[in-house]
Amino acid sequence: MDLYTIIFYIFAVITLGAACVVVFSRNIVRAAFALLFAFFGVAGIYVFLLADFIAITQLLIYVGGILVLILFGVMLTSHQIHVDTKTGTVQTLPAVMIVSALAGTIIGIFWSTDWNVSSQLKIMDKTAPQIGELLLTKYLLPFEIASVVLLVALIGAAMIARREKKPKD
Amino acid sequence: MEFIQTLLANELVVSIFLSLLPLVFIIVYALVVLYTEMKVAAHIQDRVAYMRTGWHGLLQPIADMLKLLQKEDIIPDKADKLLFRLAPIIAFVGTYAAYAVLPFSSIYIGSNINLGAFFLVAVGSLVVVGILMAGWASNNKWSLFGGVRSAAQMISYEIPTAIAIIIVVMITGSLNLQDVTKFQDGGIGNWVVFGGPLPWSQKLMLMPFTIITFFILFVSSIAEVNRTPFDLPEAESELVQGFNTEYSGMRFAMFYLSEYANLFTVSAVGVALFLGGWSSPFGTFMSGPVWGIFWFVAKAYVFVLIQIWVRWTLPRLRVDQLMYVSWKVLTPWLFACLLAVGLILVL
Repeated sequence: MDLYTIIFYIFAVITLGAACVVVFSRNIVRAAFALLFAFFGVAGIYVFLLADFIAITQLLIYVGGILVLILFGVMLTSHQIHVDTKTGTVQTLPAVMIVSALAGTIIGIFWSTDWNVSSQLKIMDKTAPQIGELLLTKYLLPFEIASVVLLVALIGAAMIARREKKPKD
Repeated sequence: MEFIQTLLANELVVSIFLSLLPLVFIIVYALVVLYTEMKVAAHIQDRVAYMRTGWHGLLQPIADMLKLLQKEDIIPDKADKLLFRLAPIIAFVGTYAAYAVLPFSSIYIGSNINLGAFFLVAVGSLVVVGILMAGWASNNKWSLFGGVRSAAQMISYEIPTAIAIIIVVMITGSLNLQDVTKFQDGGIGNWVVFGGPLPWSQKLMLMPFTIITFFILFVSSIAEVNRTPFDLPEAESELVQGFNTEYSGMRFAMFYLSEYANLFTVSAVGVALFLGGWSSPFGTFMSGPVWGIFWFVAKAYVFVLIQIWVRWTLPRLRVDQLMYVSWKVLTPWLFACLLAVGLILVL
């Protein structure tokens, strides 16, 4: 096993182990913090796929944005933290059916895809300029729609947060 | 000798050695800055600070470090012990990761990735999570307040920092900090803060905007390292000490080291982006790989000194003033600069 394979497995173990903690932990704060390691591991695997821009974006958006937002949410509702989240088995049969259908689909895709495997290690190309060019030419419309949707979401969030209290009579 | 040669031939050993170099630098630098901070603070307040350990107290930082290392590691009974232990490590990892992309010299950069400047912005978020974790795990309301304040502040000031970096990237055309530095090589006139090595007509038009951008980057970098006038997370008059109140001994030392290392990082980023990084201000005079390290560290150290000076001169802002500065002053000004720089570059 060469060094790259070992590092890959380290990242894989970090991702899966942290994801298991997120799912199985009964302490909601620990579950939220375990997400950090899951996101970090996924970013490492993106680097192995030669997607350096996506890897760093993953860190910036998920760790810097979404994770911190989740942590704020959990911490500001502090009285709810020691309430055990429902982890009992409710509605076992539908859950098993849905999960097995989903797992079957993913495994099916995994087996039927003709993976583009190369035995040689490729050198990281400059990915950011290519992504930027494609976003402003071929994928301009989806890019603009996404940004407008995000802007609307931002304005909506600001509206809800800024709801001013009515003066008392 | 043969043993060393076989060691040097091993790629793994060499890369581990090279990646540990900044750690050695951080430790030495932290001792120097600790001494500088105490002395500068004392002289600003018309005192002399420590004078007895060594000449003018030169050995005091070493004594302080030894004392910190020997202190008992206390974990509060009601703390979340796992997260409490983990938090300083995560904060330090986030800090240290940034050193991977700092171009110390034309031949030494930890990882010469194409997205260095972008990476710097991203790994800062690990520090935020570490601080939140410390605040939460301590099970102390002052710690939690400090942690949440710190996170809110660092996230708000990430936006002006990121826009300032975008402005530089528009001028230099690269996110790689080594390329950004090479772009500015060849004397003080080529520095981005003075418009970069562009034709004179463009340079003169760019100069006011780049100077404003640099100033804003500097202000927001003080806020990102939580220092006065933006040290609300550690406001000792209301929060005891903020997120690290419950920490002692080695774990406290890690937060402390991380804080000072961050101070150097933000100064170094400003230097690499705006002030020519490792390139000599006199063109080819006193330039070269070894002089590069000298220039890089010296320029960054000047800004560390200015941050210390500011810390002991200005009073602390209120929370609403802090957010006002970030969202209503720095960000709109930077957007104006972004537009103007873009227009000038297109002309």
